Amino acid sequence: MNNLIRLVDGQAQLLSDDPWTLVREIEDELPTGPLILPLAHWREGHGIWLSPDDEVESLELRLGELSLIAIDFPSFRDGRGYSQAYLLRTRLGWQGELRAIGDVLRDQLSHMRQCGFDSFAVREDKSAEDALKGLAGMSVLYGRSAIEPRPLFRRR
Amino acid sequence: MYHYDEYDRALVFERVAQFRDQVQRFMGGELSEEEFLPLRLQNGLYLQKHAYMLRVAIPYGTLGANQLRTLARIAREFDRGYGHFTTRQNIQFNWIELAQVPDILAILAEVEMHAIQTSGNCVRNITTEAFAGVAADELMDPRPLAEILRQWSTINPEFLYLPRKFKIAICSAEQDRAAIMMHDIGLYLYRDPNGEMLLRVMVGGGLGRTPILGLQIREGLPWQHLLSYVEAILRVYNRHGRRDNKYKARIKILVKALGIDAFAHEVEQEWQHIKDGPAQLTDAEYQRVANAFVPPSYQTLSDTDLDFGTRLVMDAAFARWVARNVQPHKVPGYASVVLSTKPGPAAPPGDLTDIQMDAVADWAEIFGFGEIRIAHEQNLILPDVRKRDLYALWARACEQGLGTANIGLLTDIIACPGGDFCALANAKSIPIAQAIQQRFDDLDYLHDIGDVSLNISGCMNACGHHHIGNIGILGVDKNGSEWYQVTLGGAQGKDSALGKVIGPSFSAAQIPDVIEQIVATFTDYRESDELFVDTVQRIGLEPFKERVYAKAEGEAA
Ligand code: HEM
Ligand code: SF4
Repeated sequence: MNNLIRLVDGQAQLLSDDPWTLVREIEDELPTGPLILPLAHWREGHGIWLSPDDEVESLELRLGELSLIAIDFPSFRDGRGYSQAYLLRTRLGWQGELRAIGDVLRDQLSHMRQCGFDSFAVREDKSAEDALKGLAGMSVLYGRSAIEPRPLFRRR
Repeated sequence: MYHYDEYDRALVFERVAQFRDQVQRFMGGELSEEEFLPLRLQNGLYLQKHAYMLRVAIPYGTLGANQLRTLARIAREFDRGYGHFTTRQNIQFNWIELAQVPDILAILAEVEMHAIQTSGNCVRNITTEAFAGVAADELMDPRPLAEILRQWSTINPEFLYLPRKFKIAICSAEQDRAAIMMHDIGLYLYRDPNGEMLLRVMVGGGLGRTPILGLQIREGLPWQHLLSYVEAILRVYNRHGRRDNKYKARIKILVKALGIDAFAHEVEQEWQHIKDGPAQLTDAEYQRVANAFVPPSYQTLSDTDLDFGTRLVMDAAFARWVARNVQPHKVPGYASVVLSTKPGPAAPPGDLTDIQMDAVADWAEIFGFGEIRIAHEQNLILPDVRKRDLYALWARACEQGLGTANIGLLTDIIACPGGDFCALANAKSIPIAQAIQQRFDDLDYLHDIGDVSLNISGCMNACGHHHIGNIGILGVDKNGSEWYQVTLGGAQGKDSALGKVIGPSFSAAQIPDVIEQIVATFTDYRESDELFVDTVQRIGLEPFKERVYAKAEGEAA
């Protein structure tokens, strides 16, 4: 995938050599190389992507075999992906790459990051470099998040 | 009052800078209308019929005098000299220039105010009742938990793109003055016999097209679990609430579809995972916030004041105002005063000019401890007035058009902005309110009628709460012209009820007559001092229908 931001040790990097190919619809002929496949079509050695309707709990037994999970935002206004990401990180213990795909835009990146995403496939018609500016967000988080489990009242 | 510390301050200022950048990018064409929409909504900015409208939060309805002066300044410098107080303890400015919004928000941030999440599909302003901290029937002050919830729900990253808006209210008094049952989550705070603070949690209330009263999902929730329990509800809703149809997207529809038991089960399962985690509230945090709401230093006064007593006897108009607009206070010698924003046709319900706002801010300092409250009935409250000062305050309030003695009476109308401002309206609300107020301009008669709530909404979104008015008026569209449907028997509070439609709708011109017939029916059937709503309960809709429609037919013939 192109137009990608990835957090490595907390540092954001723009990636132009990402090896993964996103497969939205299964065709007869699959591309070569590592693929990000729909949940129903996952096969070993590949990554998986979840639609907002998919239950993250269904991945529980498979997590050890996965090398990448992507979560799709069909519209940036559909907020289910935030809960999916949060649960994957905090409840299911997913430690591997968690990638936001679909309608991924600068002004939501910081929320995605706080819910546990560590890579962001910025929508193709937008500049990933520009989107980087949205990654930091606010310095204050009252509640808690996947990356800061303690609410502010325990840090204040 | 709660005052910002460095975290709270940093957050609002960073938010202003962030939104300034977003406005610039929108105006420069970098952000599309669609991309900008939720960003501006989450900063309180609507596009109305004629201009942008900015909705500023007044968390749990509490304002300091300097904050009210700042609102006056915004009305004066950035709007047309007035603001509109809403039924959800916010203020709206109707004539705002987009390019100036970041500056307005910066001015607000200076006085610890903001417009964050006053709109959009996120957790909205947390509301409580206007007499929190002072009401004589209060069990405990709900504001510390309201503030804790406000903070926790502000820019909570997981819950900013919910299926639909989400409203939370909390109250802790014998009477429910916060419309708890009409909220997505409603919280009743009380103590058990051992003095432990507990919460009764209601879920799935809401008005709009499908008015539903909240159902109890949990009794006896220890307060330490407030945040985790609300989080569990929000997570279940965020994951499973409908997103295919915005009229079916509120949590009430999910609760109804699953049934309260199945919904409660989902929430309980989710909650088991998080209940004893770091979201559990600590005594230290409660105390930190509660310290901001310690009662002011009241004087030790006798509960009876000679001068006040004399004035009551001498001045009937004053006595009438005291009877309607003055509320008992828990501290002897003090009272809470409601300033009516409903003088009649002179001004739309809920509107205050910059001059009036400045005056109220002055009175709050002269006659109180510098604090003002906003009631969800769209009136303003001075919570701590010495009884001996009531007469002086009344005189000033009358000079400013804020002394109408009509709290709880028929002319204390709750109305949404309606067709004069709102792009979604079927019909106008304000002229209807004014026509009714004009018809019932005899205060003696109004006082005889007694308590009646009358609510007007310009469309089924129900911003004027028409479903829970004893008399409800709803603007409907019939072939492009404006008509009004009337309901009777709605009520708020612990005995909340939704009103029932009395029959076919009326034209604007008919409405004052219709209300007059309804009131006349009531006075005919009333037994001794019975309240309007109780008479409706007792005799049902028939007698009202008969009279109203007989009259209307007579005219048509
Ligand atoms: C003029 C701009 C306004 C617009 C565009 C607007 C829009 C809406 C919409 C679309 C709904 C229905 C939401 C739903 O049921 O999902 C709604 C509900 C509501 N609005 Fe407004 N509104 C406006 C002004 C106001 C004002 C001035 C008030 C207070 C006087 C207000 C208070 C409310 C309340 C209390 C509800 C009902 C909440 C519920 O269903 O639980 N709104 N509004
Ligand atoms: S009830 Fe309808 S007309 Fe009135 S403010 Fe709400 S959306 Fe507008």
